[in-house]
Amino acid sequence: MSEIPNDLFYSKTHEWARLEEDNIYSVGITDHAQSQLGDLVFVDLPETSLNVHAGDEVVVVESVKTAADVYSPLTGVIVEVNDVLRNDPERINKDPYGDGWLYRVKISDQSEIEHLLNAESYQDEISEN
Amino acid sequence: MPFIPHTTEDIRDMLAAIDIETVDQLFDEIPKTLPKANGHKVPTGCSELAISRHMTDMAPPYRPGCCFIGAGAYEHHIPAAVWQLVSRGEFYTAYTPYQAEASQGSLQLIYEYQTMMAALMASDVSNASLYDGSTALAEACLMSVRVNKTKMQRILIPETVHPAYQKVVQTILQQQEIELIPVAMDKKTGVIDQPLLQQQSLEKTAALIIPQPNFLGCLEAVDQLTDWAHANQLLVIAVVNPLAMALLKPPGEWGSAGADIVCGEGQPLGSPLSYGGPYFGFMCCKKQFVRQMPGRLVGRTHDQQGREGYTLTLQAREQHIRRAKATSNICTNQGLLVVAATIYLSLLGQEGLRETALRCHQNALYLREQLAKMSGVKIPFSSPCWHEFVIQIPMPIPEFLSAMRSRGFQAGYPLGENTLLICTTETKTRRDLDLYIQHFKATLQNEKVK
Repeated sequence: MSEIPNDLFYSKTHEWARLEEDNIYSVGITDHAQSQLGDLVFVDLPETSLNVHAGDEVVVVESVKTAADVYSPLTGVIVEVNDVLRNDPERINKDPYGDGWLYRVKISDQSEIEHLLNAESYQDEISEN
Repeated sequence: MPFIPHTTEDIRDMLAAIDIETVDQLFDEIPKTLPKANGHKVPTGCSELAISRHMTDMAPPYRPGCCFIGAGAYEHHIPAAVWQLVSRGEFYTAYTPYQAEASQGSLQLIYEYQTMMAALMASDVSNASLYDGSTALAEACLMSVRVNKTKMQRILIPETVHPAYQKVVQTILQQQEIELIPVAMDKKTGVIDQPLLQQQSLEKTAALIIPQPNFLGCLEAVDQLTDWAHANQLLVIAVVNPLAMALLKPPGEWGSAGADIVCGEGQPLGSPLSYGGPYFGFMCCKKQFVRQMPGRLVGRTHDQQGREGYTLTLQAREQHIRRAKATSNICTNQGLLVVAATIYLSLLGQEGLRETALRCHQNALYLREQLAKMSGVKIPFSSPCWHEFVIQIPMPIPEFLSAMRSRGFQAGYPLGENTLLICTTETKTRRDLDLYIQHFKATLQNEKVK
């Protein structure tokens, strides 16, 4: 069973978002996603100040067997990226909801939050597949 | 198996068995009218290049030493050992095997190739090759756009890049909505017009392509161009003749930071002209960009017992895993030609390669100097050249070329009404050059050569 914290928002494509401060959300991949990918060896992070739209491919995570795109769950501007992942991508495997966060985005469309899933719906989503 | 010659008795018995008297009678069916080679007059103590030239000279009707066309495909001496070894069963395939690690020999060879190419280009990493020079340039452009994450969609492409490469790059890039912005040539020097380049709008521009030598054989100011590009946050894509890099400054050392991506046509390294192909493309880059580099990569590693071994690496970027999102879907590995290039480079070594490149250059300088002395012949560009140069002649090019053909020469590659691109490699002897010069002069004066 993978861990799905109650206080986060989720996307069907296995990203999570957490409100950090006014309009700023942290984004990462879920515990389910990291366990499916296996040991990560490389993360291709975006530049700060990049404008992203919900659904854009923003990050690529690469494991020994595959590489996967991470889609931004929210629209806005990237204000911070988790630079330590460049040298230590396994943080995502070890702590996907904590130290393994990918980037922080200042959102421009509050209503998008409502389209994301809560923990229960995300659980349903991954058990269906 | 030891070589045991026939005894005189053996030969007599065998001839008797088929009822003839001498060995020569075995060859009676060859017509006596055919020209005879003077086989016994082979000079002693010759280089392989000299002896193979001597033998082909004796074998009519093919006349070596008469082709002066380059323009992207170059006639070089390929030691006989190269293709003898390439043809061995263990090597004789164009593909990296699907169960790659089962073929350690193939992987080691590719690894050695990568090492040599990276050294020749003074770059960090080489891939296992691409389809050809023009598609390698297109792949380098796509790569520069991927590396530059802020959605840059324009590439600066000088007019001095090979026109066929420009067309291929255009064909591939337009599908990805990447725009090619032409960079003008200075008509006096035959290289990129730097004052004009500096006025260029650089909005959304990812990279500058720098050819060396350029299509017209001229040497670009690579240091200045590289530093200018980097100062303007552009990546530098070098498209070079690999053999020239044994003599010229390699792309990894251009300017203060070096070219970011290096590519080009590998044919001069051991592949015959062969009517235009197959050839192979090569690509190198700085280590920081390796995950955006297309094609296969072989790495050296150790197995669980600490034994050295070779393995395909960084495969997660590739099409069998990433499908549509792979770094490339035309990363054909021209394996067989890579084998030839690796053996060619090994046989020549650093010194041999440099000497070959130098001989090409010296031949070009001599020829250019002699041609320029003729009345009405002009050298339109002031830039230095390596083994290829442009001349202007006081005669229409089609007429001139056809007259030279009837004298047995492929005189050059036609560029315009009165301009010709001429190439000399190490395959040309002084006698070849002097003959060419004589016929060149006679053609312009409409005379016969004695």
